[in-house]
Amino acid sequence: MPEQIEKQTKQTEMERMLETWEPVIGLEVHVQLATRSKAFSPSACEFGAPANSLTDPVVLGMPGTLPVFNRAALELALKLGVATGSQIRARSRFARKHYFYPDQPKGYQISQYDEPLCEKGHVDLIVGGAIKRIKLERIHLEEDAGKNTHVGAVSHVDLNRAGVPLVEVVSAPEITSAEEAAEFMRALHRLVRWLEISEADMEKGQLRCDANVSIRLRGEDRLGTRTELKNINSFRFVQNAVENEILRQIRIVESGGRVTRETRLWDADLGQSAPMRSKEEANDYRYFPDPDLPPLVVDGALMGGILKKLPELPAARFERYQKQHGLAVDDARTLVSDRGLADYFDALVTAHPGDRSGRMLANWMLTELLGALNAEGKEITQSPVPAATLSALIVLVENGTISGKIGKEIFAETYQTGEAPLAIVDRRGVRQISDEAALWEVIDRVVAANPKQADGYLAGKDQLFGFFVGQVMKETQGRANPSMTSDLLRKRLGR
Amino acid sequence: MAELTRKEVEELALLARLHLEPDELDRIGSELGTILAYFGTIAAVDTTDVPPMTHAVPVDLALRADDPAPSLPVAEALRGAPKRDGDLIVVPAIIPGSES
Amino acid sequence: MKPEFWSITETVKHVITGEITAQQIVDGALDRITFLDREVGAFLEVDKDGARKQAAEIDRKRAAGEPLGSLVGVPVALKDNLVTKDLVTTAGSKILEGWVPPYDATVVTKLRAAGAIIVGKTNLDEFGMGSSTERSAYKQTKNPWDPSRVPGGSSGGSAAAVSAGMCVASLGTDTGGSIRQPAAFCGIVGLKPTYGRVSRWGAVAFASSLDQIGPLTRTVADAAAVLQVIAGHDPRDATSLEAPVPSYVDALTGKVEGLRIGIPHEFFAAADESAGPEEEGLGFTPNPGPEEEGLGFTPNPGIEPEVRAAIERTIAALTERGAITVDISLPHTALALPAYYIVAPAEASSNLSRYDGVRYGKRVDASELLELYRRTRGAGFGPEVKRRIMLGTYALRSGYYDAYYKKAQQIRTLIKRDFDRAFRFCDVVLTPTTPGVAFQFGAKTSPLDMYLGDVFTLSCNLAGLPGINVPCGVTTGGLPIGVQLLGKPLDEPTLLRTAGVIESAVGLGTRRPSGAGGI
Repeated sequence: MPEQIEKQTKQTEMERMLETWEPVIGLEVHVQLATRSKAFSPSACEFGAPANSLTDPVVLGMPGTLPVFNRAALELALKLGVATGSQIRARSRFARKHYFYPDQPKGYQISQYDEPLCEKGHVDLIVGGAIKRIKLERIHLEEDAGKNTHVGAVSHVDLNRAGVPLVEVVSAPEITSAEEAAEFMRALHRLVRWLEISEADMEKGQLRCDANVSIRLRGEDRLGTRTELKNINSFRFVQNAVENEILRQIRIVESGGRVTRETRLWDADLGQSAPMRSKEEANDYRYFPDPDLPPLVVDGALMGGILKKLPELPAARFERYQKQHGLAVDDARTLVSDRGLADYFDALVTAHPGDRSGRMLANWMLTELLGALNAEGKEITQSPVPAATLSALIVLVENGTISGKIGKEIFAETYQTGEAPLAIVDRRGVRQISDEAALWEVIDRVVAANPKQADGYLAGKDQLFGFFVGQVMKETQGRANPSMTSDLLRKRLGR
Repeated sequence: MAELTRKEVEELALLARLHLEPDELDRIGSELGTILAYFGTIAAVDTTDVPPMTHAVPVDLALRADDPAPSLPVAEALRGAPKRDGDLIVVPAIIPGSES
Repeated sequence: MKPEFWSITETVKHVITGEITAQQIVDGALDRITFLDREVGAFLEVDKDGARKQAAEIDRKRAAGEPLGSLVGVPVALKDNLVTKDLVTTAGSKILEGWVPPYDATVVTKLRAAGAIIVGKTNLDEFGMGSSTERSAYKQTKNPWDPSRVPGGSSGGSAAAVSAGMCVASLGTDTGGSIRQPAAFCGIVGLKPTYGRVSRWGAVAFASSLDQIGPLTRTVADAAAVLQVIAGHDPRDATSLEAPVPSYVDALTGKVEGLRIGIPHEFFAAADESAGPEEEGLGFTPNPGPEEEGLGFTPNPGIEPEVRAAIERTIAALTERGAITVDISLPHTALALPAYYIVAPAEASSNLSRYDGVRYGKRVDASELLELYRRTRGAGFGPEVKRRIMLGTYALRSGYYDAYYKKAQQIRTLIKRDFDRAFRFCDVVLTPTTPGVAFQFGAKTSPLDMYLGDVFTLSCNLAGLPGINVPCGVTTGGLPIGVQLLGKPLDEPTLLRTAGVIESAVGLGTRRPSGAGGI
């Protein structure tokens, strides 16, 4: 398998190189905001609509049109700003960024330049069992462009996406590996979905990433010449593209060359990047404050509303689940990977009486419930078993009404039919037998019927104990209370 | 304010996406030189601590409720498009990220 | 009846009483346009069918006893940079040739709702960039008072159409004087409202922070009546003001007793005498000073003598009626021209980026995208527009932004502060609208020469203030002269009141242009 060999060679080469070289990576991530209408005009935001069916005079950049900003876009961006601990600018400003391109109807993009909405925030990555904090330089608002499709000698322009609100999240250049870059994307993805800011479906272009990559000798302070990688549209590509670029740069420098400052386009099919052709080496965006848009003011009332609605964030829950509920790192990480899972777990904890360890709750949820949902390709939000029902089932196991094994069967039935667990237990008659007299009766019968085995056990054949437990379970269709059964059997068998 | 070189004028014309004939380049170049020389007087004005006036009348940005309105019918949206292929606008081929 | 020179009040009254039908008024206006406009050239597009349809609808409404608007039956022309649904809008540029917009400008919607009848679209300097309407890509518009002279610009078509009685009122846009200057050249009233008073939705942008739509009319009362309809907050324009709209019509009291009229000496002094940040410390001369014996200002040799005389007569007429003149200083006046010619082209270069031959308008095809852009824009824009795009692109380049655009915007702050200070001592500021009267075609050959003619009208836009031109006399050669009043933000009522007094004291009365088409 030459491919695998190549991969391994690359891996070893990388490890050796990284002893000498330190990659420095900064990411610029565009996130589409999940508003119903566009950033600066009321035509609808929708994915997959027929070409050019979601436009209006503003989107088309027609003469005489003016932008009016969407309140929901501001609120979503503020949520992200607050959730990343950013400083929110009380008066930020929209600026025009000029460049000619067929998907850019006005010849400029409305963006933010020297007065962005948010600055100096951070994103918390979960690396192993710990939290790693990556600083953000800024989060600013802007509008999306349309889409050009290359078809032979021409290109087709569809402006449906033009004007969809975006935030651009710019990390500080302090990501130090391709894995970490991918992890940053995952953390941001998790966060924006968590906050319901964006669906962040990378396949739909709702989350897009450019990466600035440079290398320097370990221990050096100065940053090396960076390249900008564009068109990175999946988590896997982030890792591949960045890794590929790090390797490319180290090879250049080690062979005596110099890294050229340029923009490169990642080709996922070829698994390599190539410099972009451009007649204008240094594009000059000619930013200036947009005279059509007065300063964007964020007042106390608006901030108050945002703060009130902000949910507990994934990193905080990750820590709480471990400390307060005693969950294993893996379980905690799984739960915070999705807001729905975490919310379900919290609902389960709330519904469940007493304050026993959450481990059992997490086990039932992650093993039984998620197992069943996954088998059907369903999301947690589509669960037919509400948290209160799952809790009720776990209570039955905990208080000895049914055994854990029966519990799993009851779960399966509840999942299928929606019937209450206790009702199923009663209907099936599978309550655990914890009545001592009743158990004595069964045990007497079983021992009497198997004298040879009883003698054998007495003579020291320990493994025969299991045989008797099995017989009791068989007699009771698995309903005998296991620990009582053991106790009574020991007494009856005389050792 | 220095005269603009021919190269500078050409760069400006490229940035502004204006095809200018050689005589236009010469003429506009010298006109810009004159105008800038005259208007360059503002460079000497001390504007320390003077805020730039971005908006003639100070107002805060009014925000729009997130209520979608019907889009233009495609036929109307593209009525003036010089070149179309069905419901798509057609331009000369572009390689992603480049212009030519 | 000769409805062509009726005022709005007269027109509305006659339509409401049924002495004349809207249909008759429109037919009269269209006949007059057909007859006169071959020579004047005010219109780019006459919407005969549309106008007749609107008139028929008004007559139907009247017959049915339905409520009629405050401009019912009034024929109105629109500068062709105001967007009209289903009616070609070109902004005077080849690059928009044949463009049929899918929507109406807010002012157009408001005019229609008030019963005004849109008769057509008028000529202008391409995208409003010019002061003579000579920069239109389509045609020349002649000054009805003298066909060898320009009507002014950029709203030259709108001014000429009203002046020649081809419509009762028109709308223009004013970025640096484009309503007031042609109004002055054509002997009519032209009002540039406070920035944000009238919605810019549907006004083809030239310089967004300066542009404002306003009326051109033959009388001050008509200007008030039109402003009444078009003013007000518009949620589609984020720079539009929410302040309530007062009654402009009621503001015309005919009285100016006690009104303090500021005479800025810098406007009357030679350009290089004025200005200077060194004057900033004082910035105002509370005491008229040694020149008291005259008018309290130094006459500007740059102002034509007959204009100066007319302005002096106007000031005298106002003081005779109880107004008080106050000598004021606007020390940064000389910086207005350079600041304007940085800000306006910079914003224009940005606003005009959308004309790329992709979604609408002219396209010059090419096999490469870059060439498509360059050829389309090279062929679609006229020389003045190209010049300003180049100038504006220069001013916004990185590394130049601070020295040009930002600097110019800082100077706007200084100019605005001058006015704020001055308005503590006066209620309106009075200046000539233009240094001279309408000039001959081709008289201003160099761009700079043309720009210098705007010297009195620019400050108003830079500071966002309201300004009005009122006719205040005629030269011995028979050309109208205009006086300009500038007011506090949103103080259009005081401007209109003062203008009304000037109109009745030194206005043109029943004098009509006689230069074109046997008016």
